[in-house]
Amino acid sequence: MRLKIQHATEYRFDQPVSYGLQQLRKTPKTSPQQHIISWQTRVENGQKELSFEDHFHNTVELISFARNATALSVISEGEVELTDTSGVIGPHRGPAPLWLFRRQTGLTQAKSGVRAFLRDVGADGGLEGLHDLASAIRSSVRYEIGASHPGWSAEDVLEAGAGVCQDHTHVFLSCARELGVPARYVSGYLMLDDRTVQDAMHAWAEAHVEGLGWVGFDISNGISPDARYVRVATGLDYGDASPVSGLRVGGDGELLDVRIDVAQQ
Amino acid sequence: MDKTAVFDEMWGQDERLRDPYVGFQEWFQGEDVARLRAKQREADTLFRLTGITFNVYGRAEAEERLIPFDIIPRIISGPEWARLSRGIEQRVRAINAFIHDIYHKQEIVKAGRIPQEMISRNDAFLPQMIGVAPPGGIYTHIVGIDLVRTGPGEFYVLEDNARTPSGVSYMLENRETMLQMFPELFSRNRVQPVQTYPTDLRQSLAACAPACTEGKPVVAVLTPGIYNSAYFEHAFLADQMGVELVEGHDLRVVDGRVAMRTTRGYTPIDVLYRRVDDDFLDPLNFNPDSQLGVPGIMDVYRAGNITIANAPGTGIADDKAIYSYMPEIVEFYTGERPLLRNVPTFRCSEADDLAYVLDNLADLVVKEVHGSGGYGMLIGPTASKKELAAFRAKLKARPGNYIAQPTLSLSTVPIFSRQGLAPRHVDLRPFVLASPKGIRVTPGGLTRVALKKGSLVVNSSQGGGTKDTWVLED
Repeated sequence: MRLKIQHATEYRFDQPVSYGLQQLRKTPKTSPQQHIISWQTRVENGQKELSFEDHFHNTVELISFARNATALSVISEGEVELTDTSGVIGPHRGPAPLWLFRRQTGLTQAKSGVRAFLRDVGADGGLEGLHDLASAIRSSVRYEIGASHPGWSAEDVLEAGAGVCQDHTHVFLSCARELGVPARYVSGYLMLDDRTVQDAMHAWAEAHVEGLGWVGFDISNGISPDARYVRVATGLDYGDASPVSGLRVGGDGELLDVRIDVAQQ
Repeated sequence: MDKTAVFDEMWGQDERLRDPYVGFQEWFQGEDVARLRAKQREADTLFRLTGITFNVYGRAEAEERLIPFDIIPRIISGPEWARLSRGIEQRVRAINAFIHDIYHKQEIVKAGRIPQEMISRNDAFLPQMIGVAPPGGIYTHIVGIDLVRTGPGEFYVLEDNARTPSGVSYMLENRETMLQMFPELFSRNRVQPVQTYPTDLRQSLAACAPACTEGKPVVAVLTPGIYNSAYFEHAFLADQMGVELVEGHDLRVVDGRVAMRTTRGYTPIDVLYRRVDDDFLDPLNFNPDSQLGVPGIMDVYRAGNITIANAPGTGIADDKAIYSYMPEIVEFYTGERPLLRNVPTFRCSEADDLAYVLDNLADLVVKEVHGSGGYGMLIGPTASKKELAAFRAKLKARPGNYIAQPTLSLSTVPIFSRQGLAPRHVDLRPFVLASPKGIRVTPGGLTRVALKKGSLVVNSSQGGGTKDTWVLED
């Protein structure tokens, strides 16, 4: 399947930004299940400073705001050819060692809530067990936009019983790692069958399963990623893989508009 | 401790004057004690003035921050030093190779020489350094190796300092002061110079400049600012090297480089000697609340556009638990037998070691794995029953947090006390510079001395002082 994607992020500020930087992780890479035909990111009212590959093999671009900017646009677009591999990404490749993906983070840390949930599910770290885990999370955490907060940890999500794809993913990562399974966060695009315009990227999880390597789990949709999924960035949690992280001086009164178009060619 | 076992660097174990001190002793015997006392006071004044001259401290503060200086030099012979510095060089080579390996293929873990948990559970391991190849391949550019001596040819490494070793300004000031006060001593004794350190440092840093450097590398010193306890040293080194002393707010990312604000606009920095800890270095990548760092510097670094000295994440090599593996580390990367000894170390994380430590607590020194400055440690032989009991409880509660070592019989060196020369325990921190051009060990270093009789704690925060350290030409 071939997808054409455009992702436009536009910021407006009441007060000018005197200095600011954004770290972008918005560039998908060619891998066994996706071939990048073309991709580019352009910036208006800002400048690309540099790019590098981080320890999760993500392409990172650092951009700066134009002096005293009151607006900033970042537009990424391209075409990707996808193959359905039933969610299997394959063997681990570096640079980060596999054990790093067993490390919990602030957002995934397992405490009493996660442990009790795991006991109830009774899943093990095998492929079956991880599927059981994913569906248990889906039934325990209602998908509800606006119910959660971006800073919520896996514990917070389980307690509230509601959240979005990011929250489902964090709970899965927390549980998988608690079982000793290396697991990672994936941020990416998902082609929807009923519309092309979306207002956010998608998130799902990958766990490293003996014999298969990395395998994807879209907890929110209760399926394995297929030829509609474009992987953009991975990491230990949302913080590592998020499309934008930045800081700025000035720029009070931010207005953010995100428009994502994912269409089959 | 058995008093007769202590090795005195001037008088040996048998009260016979050792060769390196012959020239000094001749001079000392001809000196008037009252004049030396006056000289000691003069030295204190000089140190106070230097602090004030550098616009660092006010009068009262200078007084407060003064680390006592003792005018009797510690003297090491040329051949002794040659042996020692070969060992130090070997160790620094191994440390750099180790850090590279840990952030790349981790061959030493795969080879089973270090357990994976030593890295994977180590807070000093910095994931952002995985796969990063620093310019020139050097991770720790400035190293301080803490040594103690127990006999004529017996040196042990107590600790490696691979992050931001401090104290070099004391080494330089101590020498400067001695040269001013006792010029005649230096004409009688041929002492290897340490004064080239700032020039050497500058050259060593410049040799690590990134590929994008145009012309002569621009070097700068990054300080957390005036409230940092080592600010004097930062200012001093920048001044001596003839480079800019900058703070985080002077720097920003410009055209993919880290640049400093000057009167002619922004100038890119090629090599940044930073004295800001990893966690505070970059609020965009590490602690977001840091006001001391430079947002995006880690990105610039990862893009290969600046050299950060020392590299972030070097703490993985000077962790006290890793220390116990140093003999394996040296052998693994150099293929040579370690020239310097490690103090035998019990890892309390291991059940057998913990049992031994608990049974022999009164004979051991117990240290926190991540501690420094001599705090949070137990010196068994001098501890009270109550202190021993308290530490036993701590060890049982968090064994992985501690290592233990036998108490070494540290050498003594005379200080100038009210009763004349009196032996006090010392350690030694030589300073080492590493670049692709080679490893240079400055002859001498910082000798710290426990001014209290019988004390083994040399840390300045706990009543230690310093001495000029001489390495003789031959």
